[in-house]
Amino acid sequence: MRPLTPRRVFWICLALLVALFGAVVISLRMGAYPISASEIVTTLFKGALGRWNEIPSEFRVVVFGLRLPRIVLGILVGASLSTAGAGFQALLRNPLADPYVLGVSGGAAVGALLSLIVAPHTPGAIQAAAFAGAALTIAAVYFLGRRGGQIDSATLLLAGIAAAIFFSAIIEFLMTSLNGRDLRGIAFWLMGDLETTTPTNPLRWFEALYFVFAVAAGAIYATSSDLNLILTGEREARHLGVDVKRVKLVVYLAASVLTGLAVSVSGAIGFVGLLVPHVMRMMFGTDHRLLIPTSAIGGALLVVLADTLARTIVAPTELPVGAVTAMIGAPVFIYLMRSKVR
Amino acid sequence: MSARSDAPAKGQGSAVATAAPPRLKVEQATFAYAATDRSEPKFSLGPATFEAREHELVSILGPNASGKSTLLGLLAGLNKPLSGRVEVDGTEVTALDLRTRAQRIALVAQESELLFPLRVWEYVLQGRYPYGRRLRFESQEDCLLAGNALAQVGADALRDRWMDRLSGGEKQRVILARALAQQPSLLLLDEPTQHLDIGGKVELLRRLRRLTDESRYTVLVVTHELNLAAEFSDRIVLLNKGKCLRVGTPAEVYERDLLEEVFDAPLEVEVRSSGRPRVILRGNH
Repeated sequence: MRPLTPRRVFWICLALLVALFGAVVISLRMGAYPISASEIVTTLFKGALGRWNEIPSEFRVVVFGLRLPRIVLGILVGASLSTAGAGFQALLRNPLADPYVLGVSGGAAVGALLSLIVAPHTPGAIQAAAFAGAALTIAAVYFLGRRGGQIDSATLLLAGIAAAIFFSAIIEFLMTSLNGRDLRGIAFWLMGDLETTTPTNPLRWFEALYFVFAVAAGAIYATSSDLNLILTGEREARHLGVDVKRVKLVVYLAASVLTGLAVSVSGAIGFVGLLVPHVMRMMFGTDHRLLIPTSAIGGALLVVLADTLARTIVAPTELPVGAVTAMIGAPVFIYLMRSKVR
Repeated sequence: MSARSDAPAKGQGSAVATAAPPRLKVEQATFAYAATDRSEPKFSLGPATFEAREHELVSILGPNASGKSTLLGLLAGLNKPLSGRVEVDGTEVTALDLRTRAQRIALVAQESELLFPLRVWEYVLQGRYPYGRRLRFESQEDCLLAGNALAQVGADALRDRWMDRLSGGEKQRVILARALAQQPSLLLLDEPTQHLDIGGKVELLRRLRRLTDESRYTVLVVTHELNLAAEFSDRIVLLNKGKCLRVGTPAEVYERDLLEEVFDAPLEVEVRSSGRPRVILRGNH
């Protein structure tokens, strides 16, 4: 009997963070302007220490101006989607739940698109609209997925798929109201894209996004021991003293916020929320006290690497990062499903 | 003693009665399910009254849809009685907050499907949840108690196995161990013998009997096993069509006409030398 200890959570997360840092360095290295890995590391540390005048100006532009914002956004999106995925999987007691599969990303995209058409220049409007779209969608899918008062796995997934198809039709419809110049940008965004269209003060903007992420992911993490029990059945969890209704509401709202957040900045990136929690579960077990932080870091890692590939494999043009996660995610996921990995 | 005695609800099983409040006291408790608030109830449970004390094993018997699980839900505090009271150690069950309730009452529900793989020890440790704070990581004491619970059900050797790789009987024991890890005073089991073969059924009831005798538990079992219930229970609660028909020792409840009517089958009741009744199917003459 070896119960989970805070120390174990700490070391595993630290190891994953080191891997994430490695991925960030690799990603910063890749691109038209060549910089060596050691130069990147020293530049990053100098930047972190605030010694800006010691950094060569071209490094400052390439690393901090061009490449890093995109990576910082990628980390946010990956961590949000994976945490939301782990949350939805526990909430709906369905291992195939994921923001994308359930149509929640689609709903968020419709919300974001509507806000772009109605109020294109209001700061925060896209995020709020994407959250509203996500929350409404998961509520609808949840109620459609019930049968006789109980969540039915198959019905739930079908409801999610129906919602996703419905939203893609709505998106097509909305896109006819946009002119040609915007269209390519939107189409790209819908596939999942980390091209930063950051406002004038990027640091402030990132701070705000990360703050929302921290609150929502923290809320899910706070329920992680409750989620462990809900996975063995809601009734049984209630017998063991879990306030199931409250936990479900918290996770439902927080996962919707995270999905809305990710979709509003990067469009609908698929498979991250499905794939990452599964891989983490196989590596570290089902305990949410470990699963949620490892999924967040793992999601960040996956998106950063996928975006690096998206930028480089067909350079000088770019692929949407969503296309890359789907290309990696689908086969890996099928492999995982078919192989008898526990 | 005659199996056809018409003794009322109070039975000999409570001979150990003391002045302390009974562990479980059910007083005229009723309940009704309805599709909506205004529609006629689909199912209602008539007033039920009985008690259970420390070291007592009580079986709740009745045909399908007689209200056994509904009654268990009232005892577990999952549903609030429409009228009447359910008390555990002198406190109304629905007045207890969720965690306190889980520290006093453990319910072993009918088997539910596990979606993600889980080790036996992880599963049993979940029984310590009511004692932890949010996020609290399990202490050495929790592990010790979970280990003891596994030992109590004779499942020590299973601790590192995966839950989904256990046989029906093994799984039942592990589920019981999780309930014991809750250190409850009242242990409720909903048809625990359902998926077990005869050997497994006897073993489980023997184990429950031993737990009841040796520890402080009061055990209530919902079951279809008339003969096993007669063999191992101190008291029987017989339900039919949402009515609590009779409460008493097995000998008091097992009356041929009554059982034949309730279960709608030709039955014969014998009294064995131990004084416990046995039900057999009457041949079709």
